[in-house]
Amino acid sequence: MRIFVAYLIGIVFGLGISISGMANPAKVINFFDVAGTWDPSLIFVMGGAVVVTFLGYRFVLKRPMPLFDRQFLLPGSNVIDLKLLGGSAVFGIGWGIAGFCPGGALPALGTGRIEVVLFTIALVAGIFAARALMHFRRPTAPTQA
Amino acid sequence: METEFTPLASTIGGVLIGTASVLLMLTLGRIMGATGILAGFFSPASREDFYWRAAILAGMVTGPLVYFALMGQMPAVEVPVSKPMLLVGGFIVGIGVTFGSGCTSGHGVCGMARLSPRSISAVATFMVFTGLTVFVLRHVIGG
Repeated sequence: MRIFVAYLIGIVFGLGISISGMANPAKVINFFDVAGTWDPSLIFVMGGAVVVTFLGYRFVLKRPMPLFDRQFLLPGSNVIDLKLLGGSAVFGIGWGIAGFCPGGALPALGTGRIEVVLFTIALVAGIFAARALMHFRRPTAPTQA
Repeated sequence: METEFTPLASTIGGVLIGTASVLLMLTLGRIMGATGILAGFFSPASREDFYWRAAILAGMVTGPLVYFALMGQMPAVEVPVSKPMLLVGGFIVGIGVTFGSGCTSGHGVCGMARLSPRSISAVATFMVFTGLTVFVLRHVIGG
C-alpha cells in the first residue's frame, strides 16, 4: 500500500512538473533572465505549489500521525549557517548553468532525453562527492531536507 | 531562446506539485524534496525506506508519460546548454543541494510552506545566485 501510494504521488508530482514547465531548462533559465528573454511563468509554479502546500499542511499536520507511518518526519534544525547558505549559493550557480534542478530533472528523465540523463548522472556524482567531502571534514551523517 | 508565457499551465502544474507534497506528508509523513528522496534512495535507512523512495522516483519518471497520454506529446525539454556544461552544472547542483540540505522542492515548496526561516534563507540565496549566474553567462560572457 505504501509503495502504491508513493508511486501515485510520484506521478502527480511528475505530471505537475511536466505541465508547469519546470522540466524545460529554456523556460527555467528565461525566468531568471530578467535582462533578456524574461518568462515569468515560474512565479506561478512556485505560487501554486506553495499556497496548496501551506493550506494542506495546516490540516495534515494537525493529525497525530500520517496514514501509513508512525510519525511526521520534519526537519528539526533551525540553524542558518554557512553550510546552508554556501550550499544554496553553489546550488544556484549550478542551476543557472544547467537550467535543471533535481525536482525538474527527475521527472524529465521520463522523456528519455540524453541531456536529462547526463545532468542526472552528474547530479548524483555531485551528491556523492559532497558526502565524501563532508565525511572527510567531519565524520557525521549528512542531513537531508 | 524565447519561451511562451504560460501562467495557466504553470499554475496548474504548481497546484499538482503542491498536491503531491501534501499527499506525501499525509500518507508517509515525509517532505516532498527531490534532493532528500534521491539521496536517500542511494543510502536508504532500511529496505522499507528504499521501497517507497524507488516507488516515488518511478512515479516521477512516469509523469511525462501520463502527460503524453493526456496531451498527445511529450512535455517540452529545450536545452540551450552544451552537454559538457550540463555535466558541470549537474555536478555543482549535486554538491550545492547536499551541503544546502535541499533544493527547489524541499526548501522552495515544502520549507516555504512551513514558513521555515532556514528554507526561506536558502531559497533567497539560491534564487539570487541563479539569477546572477544566468546574467553573467548570458550578458557578461555571452553578451
